[in-house]
Amino acid sequence: MAAETPVRTLIAPAEMNRRTGRFLYRFVLVLTLIGFTLTFVFPLYWMTTGAMKSSAELADPDPTFLPQSWHPESYADAWTNVGLGHYFLNTLILALGAWLTQLLVDVSAAYALSKLRPLLGNVVLGMMLATLMLPVSALLVPTYLTVVDVPLFHVNLINTPFAIWLPAAANAFNIFILKRFFDQIPAELLDSARIDGAGTLRVLVSVVLPLSRPVLAVVSIFAIVGVWKDFLWPMLVLPDEAGQPITVALNRLSEFMPANQLLAGMAMAAVPLLVLFLIFQRHIIAGLTAGSLKG
Amino acid sequence: MTVQPLSSAVAKSTGQEQGDPAGAGPPAPARTDAAPRPAGSRLRRTVRENLVAYLFLAAGVLCFALFSWYPIVRGALLGFQQVTFAQPAQWVGLDNFQRLIDDPLFLTAWKNTGYFTLLALVFGFAAPFVTAVVLNELRHGRSYLRMTVYLPVMLPPIVTMLLWRWFYDPGPGLFNNVLEVFHLPAQQWLESENLAMVSLVLVSTWANMGTTTLIYLAALGGIPGELYEAAELDGASIRQRLWHVTIPQMRFILMITLLLQVIGTMQVFVEPFVLTGGGPDDATVTVLLLLYRYAFVYNDFGLASAMSTLLFVVLGLFAGVYLRLTRTKG
Repeated sequence: MAAETPVRTLIAPAEMNRRTGRFLYRFVLVLTLIGFTLTFVFPLYWMTTGAMKSSAELADPDPTFLPQSWHPESYADAWTNVGLGHYFLNTLILALGAWLTQLLVDVSAAYALSKLRPLLGNVVLGMMLATLMLPVSALLVPTYLTVVDVPLFHVNLINTPFAIWLPAAANAFNIFILKRFFDQIPAELLDSARIDGAGTLRVLVSVVLPLSRPVLAVVSIFAIVGVWKDFLWPMLVLPDEAGQPITVALNRLSEFMPANQLLAGMAMAAVPLLVLFLIFQRHIIAGLTAGSLKG
Repeated sequence: MTVQPLSSAVAKSTGQEQGDPAGAGPPAPARTDAAPRPAGSRLRRTVRENLVAYLFLAAGVLCFALFSWYPIVRGALLGFQQVTFAQPAQWVGLDNFQRLIDDPLFLTAWKNTGYFTLLALVFGFAAPFVTAVVLNELRHGRSYLRMTVYLPVMLPPIVTMLLWRWFYDPGPGLFNNVLEVFHLPAQQWLESENLAMVSLVLVSTWANMGTTTLIYLAALGGIPGELYEAAELDGASIRQRLWHVTIPQMRFILMITLLLQVIGTMQVFVEPFVLTGGGPDDATVTVLLLLYRYAFVYNDFGLASAMSTLLFVVLGLFAGVYLRLTRTKG
């Protein structure tokens, strides 16, 4: 986006170039830069440095901009003493498992719907897409009861990671964008692979998937971010404290933990997603805007 | 349950692009079979191909059947049942709904939710729009600004809530300190009956405006520059151009986000759950918070489901409008 040619927008270039225009532009620019930094970046700074202040300094009604004395060890304390490291790894397992399950289930389903085109495939797709129209919270109770006693199998998934992974796989949004991407892959490519003797699975793995990297990236990011951020559902289906993700553990422990260690824990829960965002910014923003507009 | 507001909102708008699932995608590619096969095996081949296809589809269909389609049907029925873990569900007709209406908190929850939604629209609708319009004019630091406004969206909501709970703290909290700098009176933020809901809306807006801003920004980038040039030639001032070009051009996307925002904010949960627990004096008890209490504190799943049903009906009205809009436009 850096090298985009200036497009005509609300304010004309001539208006911008006038003396008052230039002054106003700079004024607004500086105001926006400062305002945004204060509003959106400063809280993160406040959180990460707050964790390094002493408890007494944190409780002081006159906050200090920089810690008077640095206590980076509260991160280590939160990680080991409070055991947030354990919950952090739980989150990692939940997120990676949900990511794998979603890729496995949704890619093969989208492949079947897009390229294998079984009878009634469109009916199945329609029924999947229809679920997107339902508010998530309306299904909270019945889905919970289903997880407690899964029909047909009669197993109780409470306190198992499957309670997170399997419902996450029923993701119509993933199937929809995967299918839309697969639809663009020319049938000739698949046919020629077939003529070379590739089976249905081989075509998926060696032809379709390598071509689908961009969409796989979008699905992967949304899958991991989704599970990492989730709070209510894991709180309900993982009541056993040992198996909880860091988000649920933080809320439970927030009353008892020393403030600086709580802040350290919050920073640790946030960092992986922020890093993911800094690396995949382009993918995330492109996925967001391309997905929501007529892209 | 793990579908995030972000992805589901995106999905909701993309879902429409397809318009008709039946005609989805390009028409089935006519298979140009290299060698004609004997006619007798054709049926067998079709059956085999379908079997293979459904094999690939099986896991997906099973997941949807168990964790989506079945809960939908069950959810519709649960509101009319009494459910305990001890014995099979019993039909109780409209009892649950009667009990809902008898609960004095029921009306409070709806009023609070309506108030939250209204406030969230005032803040959450104006802020991203103004931000996007300003960002669209800036020629410097755009990618930095775009990144920062999206940062809160990447925070786990629980972290956001705990962070803001600390900011709102009347003692060492940041907000009262800022007010003090400007010689303004300290506020009770979350403990004040009047201010508690506003405080929740502020957090919510901060956390979620990134998504909407980026969507608006993309839409603004799609407005043809000639329209502005023409308006300028006609002597339209900047404000008139905003009113007569920008806003009409954005009307569709504004409507869409408005509806999605209503649907999203009416399901507010984490904010009151973590920050106020419904207090002070039930001023922030929302529909979903009450539903949560019914189901997971009192274990009254029938009552909670009756509440879900009502919420579903109300949100369904908005979803219906949304569908109509996107159908005709799409």
